[in-house]
Amino acid sequence: MASIKINNLGKVYAGDVRAVEDINLDIADGEFIVLVGPSGCGKSTLLRMIAGLETITEGDLFIGDKRVNGLEPAERDIAMVFQNYALYPHMTVYNNLAYGLKNRGFPKDEIEKRVQETAKMLEIEQFLDRKPRALSGGQRQRVAMGRALVREPAAFLLDEPLSNLDAKLRVQMRLEIKQLQRRLKTTSLYVTHDQLEAMTLGDRLVVLNQGNIEQVGSPIDVYNRPESLFVAEFIGSPSMNLFSQADLDGPTNENAAKHLPEGTDILGLRPDQLLFEAPDTPHIRLDCKVALYEPAGAESHLYLILNSNGQHVTMRVHGEPPVHEGGDISIYAPVSAVHPFNSTSGRRTD
Amino acid sequence: MVENNRWGNILAHTILIFGVALVVFPVYVAIIASTHPSGTFLRGTIPLLPGGEAWENYKTVMFEGRSRAGTPPISLMLWNSFVMAMAITIGKLSISLLSAFAIVYFRFPFRLFFFWIIFLTLMLPVEVRIVPTFQVVADLGMLNSFAGLSIPLIASATATFLFRQFFMTIPEEMLEASRVDGAGPFKFFKDILLPLSITNIAALFVIMFIYGWNQYLWPLLITTDPNYYTIVMGIQRMVTGGDSEPLWHLVMATVVLAALPPVLVILFMQRLFVKGLTETEK
Amino acid sequence: MQTKKMTFNHRWLPYLLLAPQVIITIIFFIWPASQALYQSLLRQDAFGFRTTFVWFDNFQRLFVDDLYVNSLKVTLIFAVGTTLLSMSVALLFAVMVNKMIRSRDAYTTFLVWPYAVAPAIAGVLWWFIFNPSIGILPYALDMFGINWNHRSNGDQAMLLVIIAAAWKQISYNFLFFLAGLQSVPHSLIEAAAIDGAGRVKRFWTIVFPLLSPITFFLMVVNVVYAMFDTFGVIHATTEGGPAQATNILVYKVYRDGFVGMNLGSSAAQSVILMAIVVVLTVIQFRFIERRVNY
Repeated sequence: MASIKINNLGKVYAGDVRAVEDINLDIADGEFIVLVGPSGCGKSTLLRMIAGLETITEGDLFIGDKRVNGLEPAERDIAMVFQNYALYPHMTVYNNLAYGLKNRGFPKDEIEKRVQETAKMLEIEQFLDRKPRALSGGQRQRVAMGRALVREPAAFLLDEPLSNLDAKLRVQMRLEIKQLQRRLKTTSLYVTHDQLEAMTLGDRLVVLNQGNIEQVGSPIDVYNRPESLFVAEFIGSPSMNLFSQADLDGPTNENAAKHLPEGTDILGLRPDQLLFEAPDTPHIRLDCKVALYEPAGAESHLYLILNSNGQHVTMRVHGEPPVHEGGDISIYAPVSAVHPFNSTSGRRTD
Repeated sequence: MVENNRWGNILAHTILIFGVALVVFPVYVAIIASTHPSGTFLRGTIPLLPGGEAWENYKTVMFEGRSRAGTPPISLMLWNSFVMAMAITIGKLSISLLSAFAIVYFRFPFRLFFFWIIFLTLMLPVEVRIVPTFQVVADLGMLNSFAGLSIPLIASATATFLFRQFFMTIPEEMLEASRVDGAGPFKFFKDILLPLSITNIAALFVIMFIYGWNQYLWPLLITTDPNYYTIVMGIQRMVTGGDSEPLWHLVMATVVLAALPPVLVILFMQRLFVKGLTETEK
Repeated sequence: MQTKKMTFNHRWLPYLLLAPQVIITIIFFIWPASQALYQSLLRQDAFGFRTTFVWFDNFQRLFVDDLYVNSLKVTLIFAVGTTLLSMSVALLFAVMVNKMIRSRDAYTTFLVWPYAVAPAIAGVLWWFIFNPSIGILPYALDMFGINWNHRSNGDQAMLLVIIAAAWKQISYNFLFFLAGLQSVPHSLIEAAAIDGAGRVKRFWTIVFPLLSPITFFLMVVNVVYAMFDTFGVIHATTEGGPAQATNILVYKVYRDGFVGMNLGSSAAQSVILMAIVVVLTVIQFRFIERRVNY
């Protein structure tokens, strides 16, 4: 087990294509870090640089106290779970798990012991003699996990390991991965584009966009206080409503604007922060038309159209709201709930 | 009507049975001829029913040969053909696997240049460079040797391309995973690449073996010592070797023996054969 | 040309891996071929004492040489005849076998094995059947008043070698046509049936056009086969005769080089053959979607 230290890390491909820029990150021993962002944001590249599968073109990478920039993947004491599992199709499950240990010259009985222990932990003992072809998607995923676990590495690197599973299995494996990591306390880096996975798994999230870190923080911090417009839109489902100051007119809104930090021209409101009744404190008022009511059990979504500019507004409501499709409605939110942003810098203003 | 109708089916079967008969006929005639005594061929036409001399004829060609026409016993020629075919097959497969491995899994200066050199072999069949190739082999002292029979034929663009093509379809992660697992180039080749290629190797083996067995011009050029004659080229010596009419019953016994091994290979490994054929050529 | 995204870093290992293939290619392919190119520009005197550089004289002589022009003509007839005969028979068989369900594999087995028979052996087999004195077919033809003797009749000798060469190649063409037919989507046939096309019309307007890439590919392969792989057929049977009637280019190169010992002319013929292979290979790679992307 080890900490990971990333200093000014960067990746430039031939032809001057920048994949990752000036990344700084300290990962504590035993921490579960989730790298999250849209496709092409550089999260996989970053992970693969840590694994040693992509060369590092700028900056330094430390695993433990050792600078590992030039080391082969096998010399970095990491294990990796691949998106498509990359199980060796011609080897049995047992040999898939054992291969890395054999290459490292472990004695036979030690290999046997470790493989059996790992298989037991992941409940794949009965499949040890099978080839990957004969396993279901979920079982293959477990074998892929097992191949990483059996090595007892300093760090686990997981590259979208659940994206090939169906929805139900994904939730189940998500829980298991979380519990495993809690138990083993191995430093882990987990790449995903699914913000729900990111929120539920990570001790800390690293939100990446276009090769840069947008924000680092605990899931709840990132949700409650997105530092940039990008994070605000990316984290949370349904995503945050963003209003341009210029489109919010009327005396109520003009009064509310006075209470917002200087430089604010974008106001963000999460769908669950919108109210049907005006609060006593300074507040925002939005005059809308009801476009669609979408009941989904415990909570429902209401899709509205803002009268002033025709933009769509999503509102999360409990129970059945007092509206009918096509009708007019005014909704409100206290100024204290507003996430204020500046459109030029893209950052938060408070 | 998209379904087959009755008369259409009967017609199709008729055509096919006729076709199969046409395809089988020459070999049937050969087998029949190889069972008759030599006297049969002195009068009238080739018989269509088996005779009683099969054992006698096959024994003669297998073990006695025809020293008068300068051909050794067929058993020796069969052995020579087998050694040559195996050497060519194994040689082609080995050097093609290695080349494809280099071309796909390494980046190095002049990679493309080497690829084109290998590609050139496609454009230079033996038939178009007969005399100078013979001179090279003669200068190297490889006439009348198994090395001479096989080594000049084992360069293979086709096999290299096929393996290259196949390697490209192996997911990138297979190499990444094995590197995380601590495998270097040799381990990766031996533990991952070879086992994954096994079906392709087997399919190519079938094709290459037939190719090697059926070599004709090459052994004809470089063997003057009957002890190195291969069976396919030896037949020609039997047909045209003497002044008189060939001893048809013995020639046909030899023909049957010469064709049998590759035909058996195809019949028993038909699936691999079809795979090898369609993938090497397409 | 692509590699894997990730590759091994090694300074000399890739060269070592390529070495056997490349060395053999250079020694036995490229060096002899360049020798042929060089020798095609030289001429030796009758005793081999003196060699002079004659530029393209060897080539010029070839094209005014009646024997060579005849050989070109013979090769053309032989290649076209073999290709047409073999491909049309194979297509017929493939279409019929493709209709079958239960018997498909059985018929296929019976039709594929001639591929394993060496061209020379195919030649000897048919040579035997057509043998003018004891052969079965001359006997049968005689009943129709046809006198078969390929030893004296050039056309009949040509027909014999075409049949022998085509017979062996049927398997190959059959397998490719069958694979092509099986990849024709059944829904297309059904759509055509609904559009009112009859059985024969469906074949010629839907199926056959869809087979055209394979047909074209096979044409090239068959021409290459007929031109270069059939040496054995000729050598084991007619030996180019009677009276040059079956003296195809490949056989003539061999005769002139080894028996006639005319090195300059043989080398020039080799170079022309090389040019033909290059053109055919380029056609094969250019106009057919090859699986090799280089």
